[in-house]
Amino acid sequence: MTTLSLSHFLLTSAIIFVIGLIGFVTRRNMIVMFLCTELMFQAAAIAMIAFGHYHGDVSGQVFVIFILTVAAAEAALALGLVVLLFRRRATLSAEAWSELGEA
Amino acid sequence: MIDGAGFPVAVEASGPSWAALILWLPAISTVLCGLCAAFKVRNKLAAWITVALLGGSFVLTASLFAGYEQPVTIHVLDWIGITWGDTSFVANFAFYIDSLTLLWMLFVTGLGTLIALYASEYMEQDVGGGYSRFFAGISIFLFAMTALVMGDNLLMLYLGWEGVGFASYWLIGYYYKKPSAVAAAKKAFIVNRIGDLGLALGIYLIWQTFGTVQYAELFTELQAGSYTEIAGGWTVQAIPFLLMLAAFGKSAQLPLYVWLPDAMEGPTPVSALIHAATMVTAGVYLLCRMFPLMALNELALPVVAWVGGLTALLAATIAMAQYDIKRIFAYSTISQLGYMFLGVGLLTTSGAAYHVFTHAFFKAVLFLTAGVVMHGMAGQLDLRKVSGLRKLPGWRITSYTMLYACMCLAGVPIVTNGFWSKDAIMAEAFAAHGPGFGALAIIALITALLTAYYTFRVWFRVCAGPVHYEPGDELHGESTGRFQPHAPRLIINAVLVAITVGAVVSIFCADWVLGMVGDSTAAGGIPGEHHVAEGASVWSDPHAWMPWVASVIGLVGIAIAWYFHLANRKAADKFKQVLQGNVLTAWLPKALENKWYVDELYHATIRAPLWLLGRILNLFDRYVLDMVFVDGIARLPRMLGRGFQPLANGVLQSYAVSMIGGVALVAVLVFVMPELMAMLSGLMGGGR
Repeated sequence: MTTLSLSHFLLTSAIIFVIGLIGFVTRRNMIVMFLCTELMFQAAAIAMIAFGHYHGDVSGQVFVIFILTVAAAEAALALGLVVLLFRRRATLSAEAWSELGEA
Repeated sequence: MIDGAGFPVAVEASGPSWAALILWLPAISTVLCGLCAAFKVRNKLAAWITVALLGGSFVLTASLFAGYEQPVTIHVLDWIGITWGDTSFVANFAFYIDSLTLLWMLFVTGLGTLIALYASEYMEQDVGGGYSRFFAGISIFLFAMTALVMGDNLLMLYLGWEGVGFASYWLIGYYYKKPSAVAAAKKAFIVNRIGDLGLALGIYLIWQTFGTVQYAELFTELQAGSYTEIAGGWTVQAIPFLLMLAAFGKSAQLPLYVWLPDAMEGPTPVSALIHAATMVTAGVYLLCRMFPLMALNELALPVVAWVGGLTALLAATIAMAQYDIKRIFAYSTISQLGYMFLGVGLLTTSGAAYHVFTHAFFKAVLFLTAGVVMHGMAGQLDLRKVSGLRKLPGWRITSYTMLYACMCLAGVPIVTNGFWSKDAIMAEAFAAHGPGFGALAIIALITALLTAYYTFRVWFRVCAGPVHYEPGDELHGESTGRFQPHAPRLIINAVLVAITVGAVVSIFCADWVLGMVGDSTAAGGIPGEHHVAEGASVWSDPHAWMPWVASVIGLVGIAIAWYFHLANRKAADKFKQVLQGNVLTAWLPKALENKWYVDELYHATIRAPLWLLGRILNLFDRYVLDMVFVDGIARLPRMLGRGFQPLANGVLQSYAVSMIGGVALVAVLVFVMPELMAMLSGLMGGGR
């Protein structure tokens, strides 16, 4: 364990991604679910930077910058949506929004 | 065999322009009567329109006849004209006017007018109801018949042919609320369709063989004798038989005669029209018109003769045992049509045409008088329940015109037209040479005896004897006890007398008809070529001794009828009991009364299997096509939807799980499958 190799970074990325995934699937609170999606985003960003560094290519970092901007904009939108949804049902549980199902 | 040459063919002529009106007047009458029906006219307007326009048609026909010199075709308007390459198909609205056309048109329009006149009084209780509809039907009937007879091509004949079939359906089913009338109308239409199929195929084969359906071109080609070279392939040989099938359907011959007796369900003037002037004579007309084509197969004419002879005998035996007056006359029509086809088959088309001509008159009188009886006796047609009509006041004209018509049908010597026309055919049967023609001649003689018997059975029962009557079931608000027969009034009596006079006049028309037919396409065999040399004994020339034999036979038949049905009416029942008592003949009266069970036979052999097939196909359609294919395919998306529906439960997390599962599946396919395939092929390669 002297140097950090690519696989360390990828493993970290995978762990963070899976944590986000499990959080998204198991939690009902919409804000927490949203945070979990952000977590998965950042896991992907870590993988991008790791690959970029490994190949000596900056496009990975450029990508991440883009991801962060888009994520910021999207966070504003998503939180706005969550506020709207909360106003309608007075709850943050995702289970309150299941009319699409037939049953 | 018949010569291709020997008859004049029509030339193109500008013709009198008013000739087209003969066809258009009944058509106009149809439209006007239809308007009367649409506006619910509550008087006899429709009848007078019909009588006037049909009468006009008759007058024009008569003047066309007066100015007739040679066969011509008169062009009215273009109809169908298609040409591609060397072939063409031309059928115009044009008339082929030769003496055969004129002969037919004279009695079609003449009797049609008189029958319409009769119907104006006969149908009067329907004024404001179906009256206008009835006369529209009569008019379209005459229009179709005119198109059939006058058309200068086979397609126009076909138009008229289908037209009379349709009109007969219309008129037989006139009492459309009566199930038996509706059934009879359908039966007439469907049985006729079988014949129509023959005509349609025949026309196609004629067009294919000769390249034209226009009479003038067709006959020119025939006269050139080119058909003897063509007469090889079976498609050409089949033409006479297909035309024959058509004629047998329309003219009610074996095996397609069953519709005619049921056609009695229509009003009586319709029966008179169908049986006397129009419809059933169309088959004879077709064979006369297409007579040169009958030579395409040498078996064709003997078959016609045999079918005609057997039909005549069969129908006559059935007529002997019926009790319904109109039904007896219906079978007599079939029987007499059998004689006509016998005549055509024996090459004496002139004899056949003369019999058509005389038959048209006396059969019209028979039906019209039967209609009077039915009308006056509130629907009573059972000859056992009406007797002694001639002694009732107001019934004398009916009784005696009926007597004369019966005499004509029975063939009372010298003074009746039926005697002379039937004689011409029967003598030819003895004179002609052909397969089994000797037996056929005997059949014709036996039929003549039966005819005389059953005809006078009706008259002696209904018009002679003690006065006695029971009303039928169509009482108009009268009780049975106070029933008074309605005697016919002026118009009906006048029509009866007029047609009877026509029948008398037609006695003297034999030579005229012979000449008319001889100048036409039907000039196949004018009697005379079979005559024996001068100086031979009377017995070797059937035309010499036939009048005597026929007279004796007719009178014997009448005498038998007189004994059983006038002098000693109980003897008839006794005779029936004797027949039923004997083991050998016990079946006979019942079989005759039930019309030899022909309807039942057709039911068992044709209708029932077809019905069964229909049921099977119906079930196939309902359970295989509809349920498996149509509904099955429709159900498939729904079933797929049902299968996937649980996934769409509205729970956000489960969607996420599906997405993850999908991605995982793709990952497995992309990353694991190539290695798996490689491993497998490695294993296979190792095995090899």
